[in-house]
Amino acid sequence: MTATQLHAQLPPQLMTTPPLLTVSGVNRRFGDVVALHDVSARVYPGEVLGIVGESGSGKSTLLRMMNLEDTPDSGDYRLALPGVTGNLFELDRFARRMLCARHIGIVYQNPHLGLLMKNSSSGNVAERLLIAGERSFATLRSKARVALEASEFPLARMDAPPIELSGGMQQRVQLAKAIALEPALLLLDEPTTGLDVSVQALVLDTLKRLQRDRAITMVIVSHDLGVIRTMADRVMVMRRGRVVEEGLADQIFQDPQHEYTQALVHAKL
Amino acid sequence: MTPVLTVEGLTKSFDMHHLGQRLHAFSGISFTLHPGEFLLLKGANGVGKSTLLRTLYRSYLPRAGHIWYHAPEGRIDLARAADVDVALLRRREIGFVTQFLIARPRVAAEEVVAEPLRRAGVAAPEALEQARRWLAEFGVKRDLWRAYPTTFSGGEQQKVNLARALILPQRLLLLDEPTASLDAGARAALVRRLDELKAQGVAMIGVFHHPGDVAGLIDREIELTVQEAMDDVAV
Amino acid sequence: MSLATLTKPWAAFSYGFLDASAKRELRRKMLKAIAVPGCQMPYASREVPMARGWGTGGLQVTLTLLKPTSRVKVIDQGADDSVNAASIRKFLHRVSGATETWDTLDATIIQSRHRVPEERLRDDQILVLQVPNPEPLRPVEPNMSTARQMHADADYGRLWLVLYEQIVRSGRVMQGAAYPSLVNGRHVMTPSPIPRWDVPKLNMARHLTFLSAGREKRLYAVPPFTRVEPLAFSDVPYKVEDHGNLTCSRSGVTGFFMNEIPQEDGSAVHELSDSHLGIKAIRRAEGEAAPIGATWYQNGEFRA
Repeated sequence: MTATQLHAQLPPQLMTTPPLLTVSGVNRRFGDVVALHDVSARVYPGEVLGIVGESGSGKSTLLRMMNLEDTPDSGDYRLALPGVTGNLFELDRFARRMLCARHIGIVYQNPHLGLLMKNSSSGNVAERLLIAGERSFATLRSKARVALEASEFPLARMDAPPIELSGGMQQRVQLAKAIALEPALLLLDEPTTGLDVSVQALVLDTLKRLQRDRAITMVIVSHDLGVIRTMADRVMVMRRGRVVEEGLADQIFQDPQHEYTQALVHAKL
Repeated sequence: MTPVLTVEGLTKSFDMHHLGQRLHAFSGISFTLHPGEFLLLKGANGVGKSTLLRTLYRSYLPRAGHIWYHAPEGRIDLARAADVDVALLRRREIGFVTQFLIARPRVAAEEVVAEPLRRAGVAAPEALEQARRWLAEFGVKRDLWRAYPTTFSGGEQQKVNLARALILPQRLLLLDEPTASLDAGARAALVRRLDELKAQGVAMIGVFHHPGDVAGLIDREIELTVQEAMDDVAV
Repeated sequence: MSLATLTKPWAAFSYGFLDASAKRELRRKMLKAIAVPGCQMPYASREVPMARGWGTGGLQVTLTLLKPTSRVKVIDQGADDSVNAASIRKFLHRVSGATETWDTLDATIIQSRHRVPEERLRDDQILVLQVPNPEPLRPVEPNMSTARQMHADADYGRLWLVLYEQIVRSGRVMQGAAYPSLVNGRHVMTPSPIPRWDVPKLNMARHLTFLSAGREKRLYAVPPFTRVEPLAFSDVPYKVEDHGNLTCSRSGVTGFFMNEIPQEDGSAVHELSDSHLGIKAIRRAEGEAAPIGATWYQNGEFRA
C-alpha cells in the first residue's frame, strides 16, 4: 500500500490559476541506471516546491531538466508564460538558451558552475543582462547593484571577483545573477549545502525574504530537510528516480505516509 | 444557513512503518459547524484533540471520512482536496492558532504580524500600522515591535503569534491551546478578539487547557474518548 | 608533320604559385565568406614558401586574387619597405608577373599586416589583412567547438562582459588592437591587429576586405558597403587612439595614425605610420607631382 494509493487527491477545484510549471512523465536512464522514472510535478505561481531525497534519488537530475540542461528519454515540460508554448524539451539549443536567460534563474551548490570566478561579481550579474541585450553601461551597473542588494550582498564589494569571496557571498552573487532579469522561475540546487550553519541560515533568510517580497516561484532541491522545511510550501520526496510522496510541507513533516519519508523525517528529528 | 464545515465519519490513524504498527487516534467523528459557532473539543490528555484539529487543517492526512468545507465557490472535501486548494484556503480563510511560533531569524515582530495582510494584498504601510495595533492590543511592548521574535521569551512569542494568526478575519479558526503561556492581559485581549471575530461570523474549533478562559464563547462541545491505542498491522 | 606542329608551345599551366585546385578551393571559400560577412570559413591552408605566422593566410588569398595585370602593394605595420613587405611583394611579382607598387592609389590589391592605408580605398581595390588569431571569442571561450556554437547563436554576451570588466577596473575600455566588431549586425569578428584607428575604415567601405589566418585555416570577409560596428556600450562611446593632434616629424603631416619614435634624451617624436603617405607628402613639399588621395581622417577626425 503506498501513500499515493491511499490518499489519491482530487484535481484542484478552487485553484483556478494554471500551474506555472508542469513536467509530466519524465523518464531518464544513464546506461543501466534509472535516474528518473515517470516523474511528474506541478508548481503554481508564487509557490515554493521542495524536492527532497538522498544522493542519487534523481532530484538534481530533475532540476537540471527544468533548467533545460538535459533532455529526458521521454517526457513533457511546459511553462505557462506569455509566448512560451509546446513541450520545452523539444526546443533547440538556441530557443532553450533564450528561454532560460529570460525566464529561469538557477543557483547551483557549486558556485564554479554558475559563476565566472575571476570576473567581477557585478560583471557576473551584468552578463545575464547583456545576454538579454542590455547595452548601456550605466543601466548594467544600476541593475547589477539592485540585484546584488536584493540578494543582500555588500555593495562595497560588488566589483570583487567571486574567487576572493566566502562561500555564502558566492551564493549571493549566484542569486543576484539568477534574479537579475526577474525570472518567473527560480531553481535552487542545494543552495546552502557546504556552507557553515550560521551562513546557511542567512542565505535561507535572504531567499525567504526574496520570496516574500517578489513572490518568485521556486523549486528548491536539497537533501537537508531543515532547508526544505524552512523554504517549501509543498514537498516532493524522491527515491531512486521515483516520487514516493508528495504533500503540503507541514503534512510531510508531521504525518509522513511512506516508509521512506518516515525514516527520513525521523532521522532528522 | 449553510454550514462552514460538515465532518462525516472522520478517522485518523498513524502507520508507523518502522514498528509495523498502526496507532489509532480517533474514528467516526461527525459534526457540523455553522458561521459564528464556537465548538470546544474536550477529552483527557492524549485523546487526540490536537490531532483532530491538525487533521481538519490537513497537517495530518485522514484515513477515512470527509471534511466538507463550504467555500464561497462550493463544497470541497478537505480530506481529499488537492494540496494547492488546501494551501489556498489556508491563505484565504482557514486559520490555525497554535502555542508554537515558527519564528524566522531576522524578521521583525511587526513584519511577522503584517505578513498575512501583505499576502492578502494590503499595502505595506497600512499592513504595518494594523500589525502595530494588534501587537499593542496583545500587550507586546513598543520597543519590541522592530526586534526579532526569535529572541523573545515564550510568552512574548505567543503574543506575536496570536496577533499574526488573528489579524486577518478568517471564516474558520482552529485554536490549539492558544491561551497556554499567556498572561492575564493578553488572555483577555485574545478573548476580546475571538468574541469580535465570532460576532463577524467566524466559526471556531478550539482545544483549551482551561476552557474557563473562553467560557462565554462556547456554543457546543464534543467529547473525544480514548481509542485502543495500537494494532499490529502489515503496513 | 612533326610532333612540335601538333602541340601548343609550352606555357605555364598555372601562375601565382598555388595550383589551380588550391586556388579554386580558396575562391569558393572567399565567395562564401563574402556571402556571410564576418563569418569564419575554414579552408585548407596550403604550404607556401614562408613560415606560418608570417602572413601565409593573407598570402594565399592574395595569390588567388592575383592576375598578371594586378598592381600589388604590401604593408607591414604601415611600411612598404620592411624586409617582410618587400619579400612578399617581390615574391608576388615573381610568381604572377603582377606589378609592384608602394602607392595606395595605384594598387589593385593591398596585402597588409596591422594597418589599413590612410587614403580611402576605392571599389576596384581589395584589401587583404593577415590575421594571426581569427577567433574573437578565444579569450573568453577556450573551447573552439563551444565558440562556434556561440557564433551560431550570436551569443556575444561574454565579449561585452570583457568590455564591462575593463571599464570597471580601469575606468575605460583597454582593448587596443583587434577590437571585436560586429559585422552586418550578425557575426562578431576580430579585424586582425589593426589599431582602433583603422576599424571605422571598414564600416560601409567601398572596397572589399578579406581577412585570412593561415595557421588557423580560417578566412572571412567584409564586403563593400557592409556595417562594421566596434562593440561599445550605448553610453560609453567607441574611441580611436588619440593621434589627431600629433605631427609627423619627417613630413610635417598632422592628423593621422603615428608611430612613436623614442629619442635618446627620453622624449619621443612621431612619424606617420602609413610610410608611403609620408613619402608622398615630402615629395609634394619638394615640388614633385605626388598625388595624395582623399583620406578617411581629415584633421584627425574621421569622415564617414
